Amino acid sequence: MAMANPLLQVRNLVVEFPTRRGTLTAVDDISFDIAEGEVLGVVGESGAGKSMTGAAVIGLLEPPGRIASGEVLLEGRRIDNLPYEKMRRIRGKEIGAIFQDPLTSLNPLYSIGRQLTETIMTHTDMTPTQARARAVELLAEVGIPAPERRVDQYPHQFSGGMRQRVVIALALCVNPRLIIADEPTTALDVSIQAQIIALLKRLCREHGTAVMLVTHDMGVIAETADRVAVMYAGRIAEIGPVREVIKNAKHPYTHGLMGSIPAIGHDADRLEQIPGSMPRLTDIPPGCAFNPRCLHAFDRCRRDRPELIAVDDGQVSCWLYDTAAGRTTAEAKAIVASRSGTAMERADG
Amino acid sequence: MVSYVIRRLLQAALVMLVVAFVSFSLFRFAGDPVNNMVGQEATQEDRRELRERLGLNDPFPVQFGRFVVDALQGEFGISYRLQRPVEDLIAERMPATLELVLVSAVLALITGIPLGVYCGIHRDSWVSRALLTVSLIGVSLPTFVIGILLIYLFSVQMLVLPSFGRGEVVQIGWWSTGFLTFSGWQALILPSITLSLFQLTLIMRLVRSEMLEVMRTDYIKFARARGLSNRAINFGHALKNTLVPVITIVGLNIGSLIAFSIITETVFNWPGMGLLFIKAVQFADVPIMAAYLTMVAFVFVSINLLVDLLYYAIDPRLKVDRGTAAGRLS
Ligand SMILES: Nc1ncnc2c1ncn2[C@@H]1O[C@H](COP(=O)(O)OP(=O)(O)O)[C@@H](O)[C@H]1O
Ligand code: SF4
Ligand SMILES: [Mg+2]
Repeated sequence: MAMANPLLQVRNLVVEFPTRRGTLTAVDDISFDIAEGEVLGVVGESGAGKSMTGAAVIGLLEPPGRIASGEVLLEGRRIDNLPYEKMRRIRGKEIGAIFQDPLTSLNPLYSIGRQLTETIMTHTDMTPTQARARAVELLAEVGIPAPERRVDQYPHQFSGGMRQRVVIALALCVNPRLIIADEPTTALDVSIQAQIIALLKRLCREHGTAVMLVTHDMGVIAETADRVAVMYAGRIAEIGPVREVIKNAKHPYTHGLMGSIPAIGHDADRLEQIPGSMPRLTDIPPGCAFNPRCLHAFDRCRRDRPELIAVDDGQVSCWLYDTAAGRTTAEAKAIVASRSGTAMERADG
Repeated sequence: MVSYVIRRLLQAALVMLVVAFVSFSLFRFAGDPVNNMVGQEATQEDRRELRERLGLNDPFPVQFGRFVVDALQGEFGISYRLQRPVEDLIAERMPATLELVLVSAVLALITGIPLGVYCGIHRDSWVSRALLTVSLIGVSLPTFVIGILLIYLFSVQMLVLPSFGRGEVVQIGWWSTGFLTFSGWQALILPSITLSLFQLTLIMRLVRSEMLEVMRTDYIKFARARGLSNRAINFGHALKNTLVPVITIVGLNIGSLIAFSIITETVFNWPGMGLLFIKAVQFADVPIMAAYLTMVAFVFVSINLLVDLLYYAIDPRLKVDRGTAAGRLS
């Protein structure tokens, strides 16, 4: 899908892990854009490649993981091949990150004020006094009571929810254009998850920050994302506006996933809508990786790998939507919606 | 905090008492010093008189009590062999040992820590592999072999460094220092390398494995995501988190440097306490041996105490939550 002025463009990204038993492809040729100020939700089962995609964008793949091919562009500038030092200056300043576990994201030996000021001073010309004032301001902004006092305290003096607020303050402290939030609430109490998501959403809207929000939680996606990408076995199964994907899922996998939208706090993982499980990277079937679990799979699905096809306002990688096969989009959607194998065979025949 | 310190001090005192008891009673049965002190021609009467003068005829608890009370005042009796107060002998020899230990410790730290950090960060480079291999040798070669090798190389073959003694020393009050003369420094080089090599490799390997551990943590990953410089990450965030175990080991090792210095001092004929002790052992010179062991134990115990207090300075989690419990919000 062509976007007028995308902030982030990911083009044919491939992430590989060379191992003793051959090369594993964790992210397999995926492309997507994120617009200025947009929230892109990324969902998919564990191991689908969500975190690796985020790590590749921010240049923090851990060796031996590496970008084998493809490009990442920020405001039209390639950033995937920058030297370490150049990329370091982009991290934190233009692309921030929030990780899963707030309990371990902060260095236990430094006060949170020190961790905030060092980040601020790394990326700006502020003096220590200015940076400290800004740190206090930020803590207030993320909803930490008595920030003047709390700024000098250490991570162990904060609860999990409060620590994630501090982590958000750290990620946003020099106003990056894009935040990669990798399951920012998974490790938290269910009662606190909604607060943190609301905070993240509010701050990013106020600052015009785009977000790549990785989560298991369909409820979070429904409430927060503008668009959503559904990943399966290292590829994008479907990507499109959040309403479309949730209410009107086109890919059989998404359709199964969206069978019902639970409230915030439920994992897509735990919904057992679709029998079977995602294949391991070592034995991804030929053709469409979803075909062993797909109700509608037909011959071609086991032979050729589907690429993303533009459908309505989004894209879907499923042979049902291949217009060359002489099927209309409406027919394809009807097949997926029917959730029955016989309907499929009719369409195929 | 204060009660913690007091508790630790009491523990330390108890440990010292036990050590004093062990070293005192051990040496009491180590041999009869009188035989070594008097010549063959001494009469039975001479011997009895000497025993009386040294207090060797008193009951054991009395002797031990006297030992402790005297020790607390810094008095360790008269050397059987040299017929001089032990504390004077030790005071004469202490500067030599402490200067050697100090230089060795500094050497081990300023080389071991950076090398360990380097090996931890560049775990797969050939330099760190080579360093690791060499360090294995450093850990496994006995001190005296290293000392003799160095003497052979630099004193016998190349004739560039002295193989024994302290060189010229300058007297500052009761302290004699080799730090103020060129020959003093020259004389320090080989013994301090010999003494520090084992600690150096130990520190290097320890820092390396701690660094490897820390570099995998989430807060280092997050520090990278914040765009901090490598220097800030490696030396600020990572190294600081390795410090607690490193300080423990280094602290303990300064104690063992003093103990190990016996060997180094013997190899290099270094006029320190170690050499004094070795001679004392040969003559069953109990006051010196007991004083030396008590002193070494004292150093160990003080360093241990210091190490525990340093933890507090480094790790805020240990400053037990008085204001915190109340301040914790969720
Ligand atoms: N160090 C590694 N070596 C080999 N494979 C890895 C490594 N790290 C991750 N992977 C693989 O990459 C795939 C994608 O992982 P990830 O992006 O973390 O999934 P998720 O969607 O749950 O975030 C997984 O199948 C995982 O097994
Ligand atoms: S119909 Fe075929 S291509 Fe589409 S999801 Fe099912 S298996 Fe994949
Ligand atoms: Mg993940």
